[in-house]
Amino acid sequence: MQIRTNEEWLSDLRGENQDQAIEDLRKVLKKGLIYALSSRIKVDLETQVEDFVQDSLLRILDKMDTFRGESRFTTWAQKVAVRVAFTEMRRQRWKDISIEDLLPEDSGDFTPMVLSDPSPDPEKRAAQTLMLEMIDGMMSSELTERQRTALLAIMHGGMPLEEVARRMDTNRNALYKLLHDARKQMRNRLLEKGLTAQEVLAMFETG
Amino acid sequence: MELTTKTIRNMMSSVKSTRELELTCGHCYDELDQFIEMKLSGKKAEEAMPLVQEHLDRCPTCREEYETLLEALKAMAD
Repeated sequence: MQIRTNEEWLSDLRGENQDQAIEDLRKVLKKGLIYALSSRIKVDLETQVEDFVQDSLLRILDKMDTFRGESRFTTWAQKVAVRVAFTEMRRQRWKDISIEDLLPEDSGDFTPMVLSDPSPDPEKRAAQTLMLEMIDGMMSSELTERQRTALLAIMHGGMPLEEVARRMDTNRNALYKLLHDARKQMRNRLLEKGLTAQEVLAMFETG
Repeated sequence: MELTTKTIRNMMSSVKSTRELELTCGHCYDELDQFIEMKLSGKKAEEAMPLVQEHLDRCPTCREEYETLLEALKAMAD
């Protein structure tokens, strides 16, 4: 395969050598994805990767103007391909799961938080209960319902950010900002109470 | 509402790592190809681009993509 500089990739993908350049890029992306996804995709790896690569090539051709030239073109293109692959894999993985499925039962405003696996040590358990009450109050008073829902879907349900964003009719960036604000509010509220997150964390350490 | 110790720990870990200035997922994505090439060439990317490193430490969704990209680029180099 022809070795190309960034400028050559861009000019070939835009010019009369486009077909050959696309084929070359297809091989590069496929090799990378097959290797990188082999531990995650156990069935029809090659077919799935070919689909990802096809979608990635369309995205790359569409977004080529956004390539800033701060890396090799193939690194940037592979980054796009990894994003395309994960977006689809996550969509498949979470397709039948709603946010409500992931939230703790009775996660409304008026149901107090309880710990399902408190410490066996009575003293520590009592401290955890007090702390949990405080966190509960803090989440109810400081966070919006949207912040609480997103936080719990991610922290409790383990749903990826982009899947939560899709279900909340927003995008990954906006959701990240929403959560950043929520974390800052919680951190500041803790500090007002003379506590750091590290100290709270220590109370819930296992073992 | 029944929560696990793990959920509280996840929450508090994320609060603990909160900074006033953080990159969003989109900004991290924009910088990722440059960051990863520094890593692959043995340079201290986390010192040169600390906000990217912090975002990757904090955001499991972006970290998963970063680690996969790293693997893919190693395969491309072979």
